[in-house]
Amino acid sequence: MIPQSFQYESPGTMADAIALLEKHGDEAKILSGGHSLIPMMKLRFATPEYLIDINGIPGLSYIREEKGTVKIGALSREAEIEHSDLLKKHFPIFADVTKLIADPQVRNRGTIGGNLAHGDAANDHPAVMMALQATVIATGSGGSRSIPIDEFFFGFYTTALKQNEILTEIQIPVPPAGTGSAYHKLERKVGDYATAGVAVQLTVDGKGVCKAIGIGLTNVNPIPLRAVRSEQALLGKVINSENIALAAQFASEDCNPSADLRGSEEYKRAMVAVLVKRMVLKAAERAMRK
Amino acid sequence: MNKVITVTVNGVQQVLEVEPRTLLVHMIREILNLTGTHIGCDTSSCGACTILLDGKSVKSCTILAVQANGKSITTIEGISTEGELNPIQEGFKENHGLHCGFCTPGMIMRITELLKDNPDPTEEEIRWGISGNLCRCTGYNNIVKAVLYASAKMRGVPTASTEPEFV
Repeated sequence: MIPQSFQYESPGTMADAIALLEKHGDEAKILSGGHSLIPMMKLRFATPEYLIDINGIPGLSYIREEKGTVKIGALSREAEIEHSDLLKKHFPIFADVTKLIADPQVRNRGTIGGNLAHGDAANDHPAVMMALQATVIATGSGGSRSIPIDEFFFGFYTTALKQNEILTEIQIPVPPAGTGSAYHKLERKVGDYATAGVAVQLTVDGKGVCKAIGIGLTNVNPIPLRAVRSEQALLGKVINSENIALAAQFASEDCNPSADLRGSEEYKRAMVAVLVKRMVLKAAERAMRK
Repeated sequence: MNKVITVTVNGVQQVLEVEPRTLLVHMIREILNLTGTHIGCDTSSCGACTILLDGKSVKSCTILAVQANGKSITTIEGISTEGELNPIQEGFKENHGLHCGFCTPGMIMRITELLKDNPDPTEEEIRWGISGNLCRCTGYNNIVKAVLYASAKMRGVPTASTEPEFV
């Protein structure tokens, strides 16, 4: 399978990349890791006239901590995220999620920025970013702006990025002591999209009371979903089996999965409940161990 | 509009003219005539087209040839010298790690990076490490043994060929 013909541009600076986006408008697509876009182009689901490859722009791949915020450059590969000691220290959830994203070769190419900017509810990072309450930095000709993750996903493959903007950085607040996080997705085989996936980050105090919580759901809704009612079922309350069961029930009610080869709607809702329960427990266990 | 790219392929610098839409695997097989790199699924699932791009294992069916500009490529043809099998190839031979052989070049390229990053992997680490490579005939047990053999040989630990396992 060979993509439809296109013009290939490989700008050396962000300013050049944005200028090309402004010049070519809707006919242009940004090429990052390419492991969502190139398959779509091979199947001719995507037929951009211009491909703007940002891999040659220096300074877009980094993972660093600054003033209580972890900053991840958009071109950071999944493999780099998988092996980052800084991320392991603050967010055990990244070790959970990256291991489940495709396979080692794909993780050598796929980028975290691309995973988010693709706007696919089946991708794993959107739910994780919702649980971590991340902020996305979009850069355009007028400079950069911050977009809270809750305002980033709009619809099917649609995000808050404007046509002339490029996702350049992800910012995640470093959580306080007593915080744990966890992710799991049910998948039929390596490389499959999630049947259902759940991301949780929570903070507990010495009495086992939940002081902060984020829960994101993967591939059980038309757009990545934050399980707000589930969060409220636990926030300010003791993390016990009764409250966890309620959070699990709310998530299974509030998502909107569609039946496909991976299972019926009913099955997926049931799996969301199971995964919420397990991930809340795992995150709480990690929070208390810390 | 075609692009002129410079790539180092198995240690030799090449200047090639490619269409932007040419996939890296097609450049390797059809322009360079290095047909050891296979096309299996053509959807980045099976790993038969795995090569090393600047030392990292990647699926060449999902990368454009133009993206390899200025980079170095290693294919199955570039991993042994003077007709000698390298330790990974030897491991596959000694442990019946291949049957039809279609997945083998991709497996070996993936394992090359795996053993570079983790010279002494456990069986579980090997299985996760080759989770992006599908074998549809030998099965994975003998491939895992081949990797353990190669790992031992590369670390200078005595190797023993095991009885091949047929499942």
